[in-house]
Amino acid sequence: MWEYTDKVREHFMNPRNVGEIPDADGIGEVGSLACGDALKLFIKLGPDGRIADAKFKTFGCASAIASSSALTEMIKGLTLEEAEKISNEDIAEELGGLPKEKMHCSVMGREALEAAIANYRGIPIPMAQGEVVCECFGVTDLEIRRAIHESKLKSVEEITNFTKAGGGCGRCHERLEEILREERQEIKEKPAAEPAKKLTNIQKIKMIEELFEREIRPALRKDGGDIELVDLDGDFVTVALRGACGTCKKANLTLKEYVEKKLREQVLDSLVVEEAH
Amino acid sequence: MANTPPVIYLDNNATTKVDPAVLEAMLPYFGELYGNPSSMHSFGGQVGRTLADARQQVASLIGATSEEIIFTSCGTESDSTAILAALQAFPEKRHIVTTRVEHPAVKHLCEHLDRLTGHKHRVTKLPVDRDGLLDLEQYEAALNDDTAVVSVMWANNETGVIFPVEEMAKIAKNRGILFHTDAVQAVGKIPINMAVSAIDFLSISGHKLHAPKGVGALYVRKGAPFAPLIIGGHQEKGRRGGTENVTSVIGLGKACALAGARMEEENGRVRQLRDKLEEGLLSKIPNAILNGHKEQRLPNTTNISFEYVEGESILLHLDQHGICASSGSACTSGSLEPSHVLRAMGVPFTAAHGSVRLSLSVFNTEEEIDCVIDKMPGIIAKLREMSPFWRSSHQGSVGGANCPCECS
Ligand SMILES: Cc1ncc(COP(=O)(O)O)c(C=O)c1O
Ligand code: FES
Repeated sequence: MWEYTDKVREHFMNPRNVGEIPDADGIGEVGSLACGDALKLFIKLGPDGRIADAKFKTFGCASAIASSSALTEMIKGLTLEEAEKISNEDIAEELGGLPKEKMHCSVMGREALEAAIANYRGIPIPMAQGEVVCECFGVTDLEIRRAIHESKLKSVEEITNFTKAGGGCGRCHERLEEILREERQEIKEKPAAEPAKKLTNIQKIKMIEELFEREIRPALRKDGGDIELVDLDGDFVTVALRGACGTCKKANLTLKEYVEKKLREQVLDSLVVEEAH
Repeated sequence: MANTPPVIYLDNNATTKVDPAVLEAMLPYFGELYGNPSSMHSFGGQVGRTLADARQQVASLIGATSEEIIFTSCGTESDSTAILAALQAFPEKRHIVTTRVEHPAVKHLCEHLDRLTGHKHRVTKLPVDRDGLLDLEQYEAALNDDTAVVSVMWANNETGVIFPVEEMAKIAKNRGILFHTDAVQAVGKIPINMAVSAIDFLSISGHKLHAPKGVGALYVRKGAPFAPLIIGGHQEKGRRGGTENVTSVIGLGKACALAGARMEEENGRVRQLRDKLEEGLLSKIPNAILNGHKEQRLPNTTNISFEYVEGESILLHLDQHGICASSGSACTSGSLEPSHVLRAMGVPFTAAHGSVRLSLSVFNTEEEIDCVIDKMPGIIAKLREMSPFWRSSHQGSVGGANCPCECS
């Protein structure tokens, strides 16, 4: 169960400004049913150019509803220029804080506000202009980069908490890491440190082939057998036994007790040998 | 002691109340009867005898013999033990058949086997249809000479859907393949008789049947190959090291005896209450959908999706009335995606996020059920009033977002 503040609970149980404004000046829509939360924000400006009324409709969890409710209260009476300055952190603060896994609810509130203002001004939504990094949740790099800066995010997990990016299939994790490095300007230090440590697949294959040629094949040939490297997948080495070895009942023993042992001693001690089928 | 307000507890698939009679049976072993059941002296020996009784009680509930019961620390340990034991029995076989709707205790274990064993395994996860049912032909086709073990749950924790594990075990046995079933949700709720079964391993968890948390059992058919997961002393005949959790095991024994005696009530009165609840909610609330096959199901579970609203919000409103339930929505699953069980069933997003599971026990009353039927429609209506998708022309993705969903 989430630990919600009393303020979140209160806004959730008694949300302010639920509904629609039929003749709204700006409407901002973010999220979707598939993503699990969505917010539609309506704003109406007064003759003085200030936000005279704000209403919302939200599909989502308690913190999404509370964030929407708090947001509408916060923006009433502000000029658009003032409203634009409201950050997701401001919304979270207004609610006495949100669980870190729920910060994306406050981000959604802020983005709906931006979308509503853009809609009023007749310009495209700024955050939607970037490259879509996370397809599962439709998050752009602009949203991610801004969250990294504003909320000082340090890991992919934090990016997910704030923007939802990376919270689905996980395919975008690498790109998220990259963006994180770019934004935190670690990209320059990176290339120097890494290559020395890890063996690339090509290096592994070369070393395995050399060992086969040098020691393993000569040994197997004595019994009329042979071995062939079929595939390398991370640490999994797939081989095919040929000749006498291919039909030998002790083939599995040979693989595990002899070939795997040799490979672990001389190439990499995390290698696992498998027989091809 | 904290003063707990009265609750309407409808989350019995998550955990159950320890039966007062179970607690009573356990109490002496927290106090003066602290002997070690393995000791030579009669002070410990008397505890050993009670432990033997408990083993017999567990065995009786599922038609097994007491030698076939190993006590464990939980259902999860039973699952891990069984699957890893089966794999060790056939070290040259590297294929496992399971389903897409298993509990994480089996699902995540299968996903981590390569790292655990140092071998690459192939895992076939059988799909389910819209009702949550398996296709037996597809199952048979998935088995091959490389298959070491099949692990299929007896009943699903989220929907209550029951799989034909008896039949599936026979098919596996004919092909020399070991069969494990996670029966954590089934034991105590539906009759099980291992005496006439081909199942090799069956997992039990105490806290799902009114025994305490942190105790479980594993049934290992006599003659089935076995290798312990926890190696140590000679407890459990060397099949599970570590001094037994005596008090909890005694509680588990008592709970099993009670469950046997209440089997009729569970499948009679509890089922009727569940049906009343389900029919009440489905008839009073529009756009409510039952998840899971209506007949092939545990008597105590119902899983209903309320379209266009989100599960966590429903739960928090229910909580205001002291009603305990759970949901398969993203927000409550601890991730950003809704339950893997509902997704495997192809429940559309419009419904998956708004699913609520209500699971009953013999402790529930008709008044409680009436109260839920009374409160729920108002909660759903209030949340729908707030939802941008309810009665809206676009009931899926809203403009402006980049979300590529194709929900309809
Ligand atoms: C189907 C199923 N299997 C396994 C478990 C895990 O049991 P335990 O909590 O005793 O480890 C549960 C409980 O949530 C379950 O529902
Ligand atoms: S693309 Fe980002 S989680 Fe799937």
